[in-house]
Amino acid sequence: MLSRTADSLYWLARYVERAENTARTVLVGHWMASMARSLGNPGNEWESTLIASGCAPGYRAKYAKVTPASVVDYLVRDPENLSSLISCIETARRNARAVRTALTADMWNALNETCLQMRQKLASGFTPDQVSEMLEWVKQRSQLFNGSYANTMLRNDAYYFTRLGTYIERADNTARILDVKYHVLLPQDAGVGGALDYYQWQSILRSVSGLRSYHWVYHERLQHWRVAELLILRSEMPRSLVSCYDEIARTLDLLAEAYAGKRGECHRLAGEVFARLRYGRIQDIFQQGLHEFLTEFINRTMILGDEIASLYLI
Amino acid sequence: MSDGKAKTVMPVAAFDEMRGPEGCYAKYEAIRRWLEQTPPETVVLKRAEAELLFRRIGITFAVYSEGGDPERLIPFDIIPRVLDGEEWRLLSRGLTQRVRAIDAFLRDIYHGREILRAGKVPERLILHNEGFRPEMQDLDTPHGVYCHIAGIDLVRTGPDQFYVLEDNCRTPSGVSYMLENREAMMRLFPDLCAQHRLAPVARYPEDLLETLKSVAPVNCASDPVVVLLTPGSYNSAYYEHSFLADEMGIELVEGADLLVDDNIVYMRTTEGPRRVDVIYRRIDDDFIDPLAFRSESVVGTAGLLNAYRAGNVTLANAVGTGVADDKAVYPYVPTMIRFYLGEEPILQNVPTYSCGRAEDLGFVLDHLPELVVKEARGSGGYGMLVGPRASAAELSAFAEKLKARPADYIAQPTLALSTCPTFVASGVAPRHVDLRPFVLRGKEIRIVPGGLTRVALREGSLVVNSSQGGGTKDTWVLES
Repeated sequence: MLSRTADSLYWLARYVERAENTARTVLVGHWMASMARSLGNPGNEWESTLIASGCAPGYRAKYAKVTPASVVDYLVRDPENLSSLISCIETARRNARAVRTALTADMWNALNETCLQMRQKLASGFTPDQVSEMLEWVKQRSQLFNGSYANTMLRNDAYYFTRLGTYIERADNTARILDVKYHVLLPQDAGVGGALDYYQWQSILRSVSGLRSYHWVYHERLQHWRVAELLILRSEMPRSLVSCYDEIARTLDLLAEAYAGKRGECHRLAGEVFARLRYGRIQDIFQQGLHEFLTEFINRTMILGDEIASLYLI
Repeated sequence: MSDGKAKTVMPVAAFDEMRGPEGCYAKYEAIRRWLEQTPPETVVLKRAEAELLFRRIGITFAVYSEGGDPERLIPFDIIPRVLDGEEWRLLSRGLTQRVRAIDAFLRDIYHGREILRAGKVPERLILHNEGFRPEMQDLDTPHGVYCHIAGIDLVRTGPDQFYVLEDNCRTPSGVSYMLENREAMMRLFPDLCAQHRLAPVARYPEDLLETLKSVAPVNCASDPVVVLLTPGSYNSAYYEHSFLADEMGIELVEGADLLVDDNIVYMRTTEGPRRVDVIYRRIDDDFIDPLAFRSESVVGTAGLLNAYRAGNVTLANAVGTGVADDKAVYPYVPTMIRFYLGEEPILQNVPTYSCGRAEDLGFVLDHLPELVVKEARGSGGYGMLVGPRASAAELSAFAEKLKARPADYIAQPTLALSTCPTFVASGVAPRHVDLRPFVLRGKEIRIVPGGLTRVALREGSLVVNSSQGGGTKDTWVLES
């Protein structure tokens, strides 16, 4: 297939996934902030949300102060922010339009409808109370799109590139959501293991729809290192880093199979990262430092993206 | 259609394609019965159904182009326009003859220029023409074909009087309507269709693909790789580009998808560069190669012209065909037919006055209120004067423009375009039509029986282009 077509499918899926994860990240900030408020201990939850989403530099260039309203505005509806929800959805749709005939009708309808409704919602404005409702809606629409392509696309290279986009973006985004906890400061009087700390970890889990899963897997109260283990190393957890890389490595293998065995650096790198996650131990990760581990992971995923692009997409 | 144009007639009785002095023509008999026997309520219902169905097909079109812009849906009239076998054979012969002559002309002016040396066509008109491409000099195209796809616009004024209004030799559009209109009729009125022996049109995409394959470069070893080159999804004809690429099962590429290395054209695929042999391009000459033509073009591919000149890729249509469909060159097509083929033209030209000629200019200025005056290089009806419709002030203003730049204008008498029965608000009424058949020229010439019939839906209106209230009809050629 044309590299441009593959590129558009790949980015289309990435941007849909990014929209969903931006929604999830904002939800974390939302929960953490209201928890801190209700415990009488408001901190820098919104700032950490900005940092984790990679949007802090752009935000600071535009706003002098971090306020909940302006952070939400910047992450949800600001067209100048290329990672805002509306930008992600518009970019996804632009990519879809460019390869309209490579999409199934269901995929196009799911995405087109999302974009049109999103424009309407933003045009009619929303109150702070409606924010989380809208974020939930974005999650649903992204899942509708993912379901429509999983259920209607032919299992050929077009499908593989779409799938790669979803999982590369999800791997990156799960790492970023987990990293929110690094950036959010615990106030002096609220120690590690205290109530606020506990609720922060809980927010992280909820944002990746993992709170119930945690209890099913561990049968005990939240421990920060177990939350990290669940989101990094546990293959039962569908948004964990290891699950994402399992999909990525397998999808790259399917592509190599489809293309007469041709492989490249992206295959080696994906295999290496997957093996480290597959056989890694959480105590080693904490020894290295969770934040340092996640930073390295995000960088490697970025390099993997470049390698995929250079082998297939340009 | 971007190359649509406005047409006018004097208030003379137009030829009715359905009814002659002795009543309904045989070819329209079944349709006449159908119109009579179908109760008005049913007709209203059917029309609504047609609109719905066509809207759905239309929405498919619109989705190809952009989210559903209703202005882009061209109205569809459910009463087909019928041509019998004999009429079609006449047209088919005439079109074949015309396209052969145009191709011979193009080959000649880019080689020995015999027609210029013989003084049959003024040298200045050709060599200084905007459509003339010196880059094409002495280049041999596969099988000597230049105009692989031509859309010839015809109008009719009587039982046997067909006129060629314009030859579209660059990137004619509209063929997707021909195909979709038939699809709609077969779905809406299967009974009516079954009462006729309709020549099928659905093989057009296959014919087109075979035509394109047949003109692959001579050094092309295996099954030729054909692509359709589009300016992109913002182009007004994008839906047609993607429709045709889909139907032919070939890649729809943009300029950036192609690269030229060592004068060989490749497309960038996920499996690496893949060689391209034939490019059905829907981009004008000016934009195909920023190195050779307009350097600011972002829709073309650098180096394409060199690869073309090296004979490693075929462009369809060839570069430089625009000189043949220039309005100032049009009057010479009958001359070309006589010069190259030694035949008399089967299809007539509309008498045309070239205002650049002193005697013609005098005539045009004297008869301005009766004539249609067009810019020689204009299209889409821009900058034209419709004499019978113009006010005295407009006429005198236009006369001044004519005198200032006479060579830029041509003039034609207004023709009484034929009419076909058409559904309008008040019922069935005659409306003026034209016809654009599509001629494919590869190793052989193929014409799918039919074409795109455009109809002026407004009463008394003689303008068939879609931007001004024109619609389309299915065109039926009866096999006999």
